Amino acid sequence: MPRLRSLWFLLTAVCLGCGGSFPQSTLAPKSDFSAAIDALFTDIFWWAVVVFVIVEGLLLFAIVRYRARPGRPAPRPVHGHTALEIGWTLAPALILVFIAVPTMRTIFATAGHAPEGALRVDVIGHQWWWEYRYPALGITAVNELHLPVGIPVQLDMTSADVIHSFWVPALGGKRDLTQGRTTRIAFRADSAGEYWGQCAEFCGASHANMRLRVFVEPDTAFDAWVARQRAVPAAPARGSLAERGRQVFGRGACIGCHTIAGVSRGTIGPDLTHLGSRATIAGALFPNTAEYLRRWIADAPSLKPGALMPPQGIADDDLTALVAYLQSLR
Amino acid sequence: MKSWLTTTDHKRIGLLYFWTAFGFFLLGGLEALVIRAQLAKPDGIGLSAELYNQMFTMHGTTMVFLALMPLSAAFFNYIIPLQIGARDVAFPRLNAFSYWVFLLGGLFMNASFLAGPLFGADRLSVAPDGGWFGYANLTERQFSPGPNIDFWLLGLQILGIASLAAGFNFIVTILNMRAPGMKMLRLPPFSWMTLVTQFLVITAFPVITVALVLLMFDRFFGTHFFIPAGGGDPILWQHLFWLFGHPEVYILILPAMGIVSEVLPTFSRKPLFGYTVVVYSGVLIGFMGWGVWSHHMFSVGLGPIADSVFSATTMLIAVPTGVKIFNWIATLWGGQIRFTTAMLFAVGFIAMFIIGGLSGVSHAAPPADLQQTDTYYVVAHIHYVLFGGTMLGLFAGMYYWWPKITGRLLSETLGKWHFWLTLIGMNLAFFPMHLSGLLGMPRRIYTYGAELGVTRLNVISTAGAFLIGLAMLVFLWNIVRTRRVGRPAGNDPWGGATLEWAIPSPPPVYNFTVIPHVESRVPLWPTERHGPMAPLPLTPPAPIHVPGGSWWPLFTAFGLPVMAIGALSHHLWLVLVGVAIVIVGIYRWAYEPFEV
Repeated sequence: MPRLRSLWFLLTAVCLGCGGSFPQSTLAPKSDFSAAIDALFTDIFWWAVVVFVIVEGLLLFAIVRYRARPGRPAPRPVHGHTALEIGWTLAPALILVFIAVPTMRTIFATAGHAPEGALRVDVIGHQWWWEYRYPALGITAVNELHLPVGIPVQLDMTSADVIHSFWVPALGGKRDLTQGRTTRIAFRADSAGEYWGQCAEFCGASHANMRLRVFVEPDTAFDAWVARQRAVPAAPARGSLAERGRQVFGRGACIGCHTIAGVSRGTIGPDLTHLGSRATIAGALFPNTAEYLRRWIADAPSLKPGALMPPQGIADDDLTALVAYLQSLR
Repeated sequence: MKSWLTTTDHKRIGLLYFWTAFGFFLLGGLEALVIRAQLAKPDGIGLSAELYNQMFTMHGTTMVFLALMPLSAAFFNYIIPLQIGARDVAFPRLNAFSYWVFLLGGLFMNASFLAGPLFGADRLSVAPDGGWFGYANLTERQFSPGPNIDFWLLGLQILGIASLAAGFNFIVTILNMRAPGMKMLRLPPFSWMTLVTQFLVITAFPVITVALVLLMFDRFFGTHFFIPAGGGDPILWQHLFWLFGHPEVYILILPAMGIVSEVLPTFSRKPLFGYTVVVYSGVLIGFMGWGVWSHHMFSVGLGPIADSVFSATTMLIAVPTGVKIFNWIATLWGGQIRFTTAMLFAVGFIAMFIIGGLSGVSHAAPPADLQQTDTYYVVAHIHYVLFGGTMLGLFAGMYYWWPKITGRLLSETLGKWHFWLTLIGMNLAFFPMHLSGLLGMPRRIYTYGAELGVTRLNVISTAGAFLIGLAMLVFLWNIVRTRRVGRPAGNDPWGGATLEWAIPSPPPVYNFTVIPHVESRVPLWPTERHGPMAPLPLTPPAPIHVPGGSWWPLFTAFGLPVMAIGALSHHLWLVLVGVAIVIVGIYRWAYEPFEV
């Protein structure tokens, strides 16, 4: 049935001419959490189809069958019918019981903590980027969340400023991040892949640009990623372009806001220690290329309205060096 | 001109409400078209994030507070006294006051579009931009330093006063001013739904007023009601807002349900099926509407117990709603249905509201809602309910009562164009939103990437929105044309059953030459026990006292925007001037001689 339902949606979508893949679809569950939601929605969807067909059918039948035609006698002034009233009160109530029971079951099944031994990640929402801290592993990631496949995960979430909402449809439902509170979701991703998400609670000018990626990886790939994140990137070779970039970084305003392990300790902006290893920049908005890095550093607010990093008046060749340095941070 | 500024005639005030609200409706529609134009392409057509956020905030705020509510109010004003056999509302001057406050509040809120230069900013930069729901702590001074949110929270407080005054007025009117013999269970269904609506207004608006005052204190005086660092809680705002916000949904839909319950019987030539059940289910919806607010907050993480309770109450509310739909269909059943434009809109209301109701059940289930909330799936839902529901119901009311109000029938041919363009347009605009939401498109985003795969769906939505815009042009043309060449209506062009059809169109200033005695729910139709009501005399047998005009409602209302402008510009003296205007106005109003 779920397959049939998804098929129906996809057919409609394709008929309407979308085609292609849907990296942020709610209809392709890849975790126990999202699969439970999908099963429940499928149930409700079919009940809705049944009710839709019956009620719209009755309505259509009535307006076709009872349209005024010349010569028909005046209608009988019926005022009501007690048995009918009771019937059409009980029928929807009964259907709702069939919806409510699996609903309650799913609420409690998906609301619990992750089991012992789960990987825990602290998620902190910022206007307009995501910070992930892995307390047991001692690492911090930004915008791109890496998770192992098949292992229970619990995200403990809060916000540094306004309310955000963490949403990766393939992995589960959304949950708000509120300053002063900790909320959580727990799930187990069941297949490796790259999943898209974005902030779902309106959070100001660049709400639309607060995107994220989740990389669900097999154990070995995940362990390798963790090992890389734990290591401090090698200092750039003497006399290299990156070396000069590091000097630009150190004497500019960068160090006030950004951390690079062993170089600076700013905490207002995202940690850049392993920037070079990321697929995207600026809240998963742009691919991590030299070109986008240049434009981003030169004038971030023009690419992402409201971005807190002001345009940096860095000379052209300094900027080239800085980008080379940042790309070397793998 | 003077007679319109000082009028206390419920019919003139109804017309003022109608044209003002219709103007705001067109403005909100233009904002919708700007939004749809921006979303027709991935990465937009060049609207800035800041302008887009103002557009969707003002679209929502305008449609809810300046278009749908006051369009219903236009019908309350014009039709309720006629339906219950009264000469006017209980408090005619308070009624005028409500209108002027509404007008001034709406103008104040929209002046924000042009007010930028006064704050050292550009035009189109200081309109409200925090969403119609204004979630704290985003709307606190720290994150929204400009005057944008001030315009919003001051404007809404002004509009709340208009709604509250009208609410009390209509409750007293419906309870106390009914013609002899019109017992509560002979009250026409539109009047009944209006009564329920007004009880919701006078209970729900104090809640949002409290929320707005707390936010105002946070922003102006440095309190911390919604600021976590100061011991406050932004979730408190959500509870207060939705504790108002959900009853507000029924404030928007119940009047339209009332209109449909008038139109269906008239054009089926059958009395409303299950009248008492329809009435009681409306009352029940009014009560139950208070117990469901947290279903707007399932993603907050209130815990499984709270989620389960609010899920259950929300699903339960589908029962009385379903009962209404079945009774409407049973009203059609066995009738002789005439497909006038009013009837098409009423049947369209039922057909579209069913879709909105069913998608509503799917997010009454919290886990499913966790995927749907804050996506275009919910945008689809609210538009099936508020456009497919409320707006189609209001159009049914416009075609139904237009001849009563103006004395001329709107063109049925143009009306049918209007209906079909609207129906096709709204389904093209809003149905694909279910899919774009399920495919991962969040709402309130000014831009999206082509990789999301929802481009074509958005193109279709945009085309549908412009089709609705075209339908509105047809309606406007119909209005203009009817003024010149519309067919005269006579007292009762439709064969209606209720008292408004017993008097001339447009009605004379005193409404009824003689207050009729009401014997049944359908006074103008024959029943088993009674014949139709005897025609009323053409001229009043005795002189009728009609209250004269008054300047004081307008004068008093004027004080409120003065206070708001004072607060906005941080000039205490101007606030005090506003207070003085209100006090003087009320004083003079209270001591105004009865006979003018």
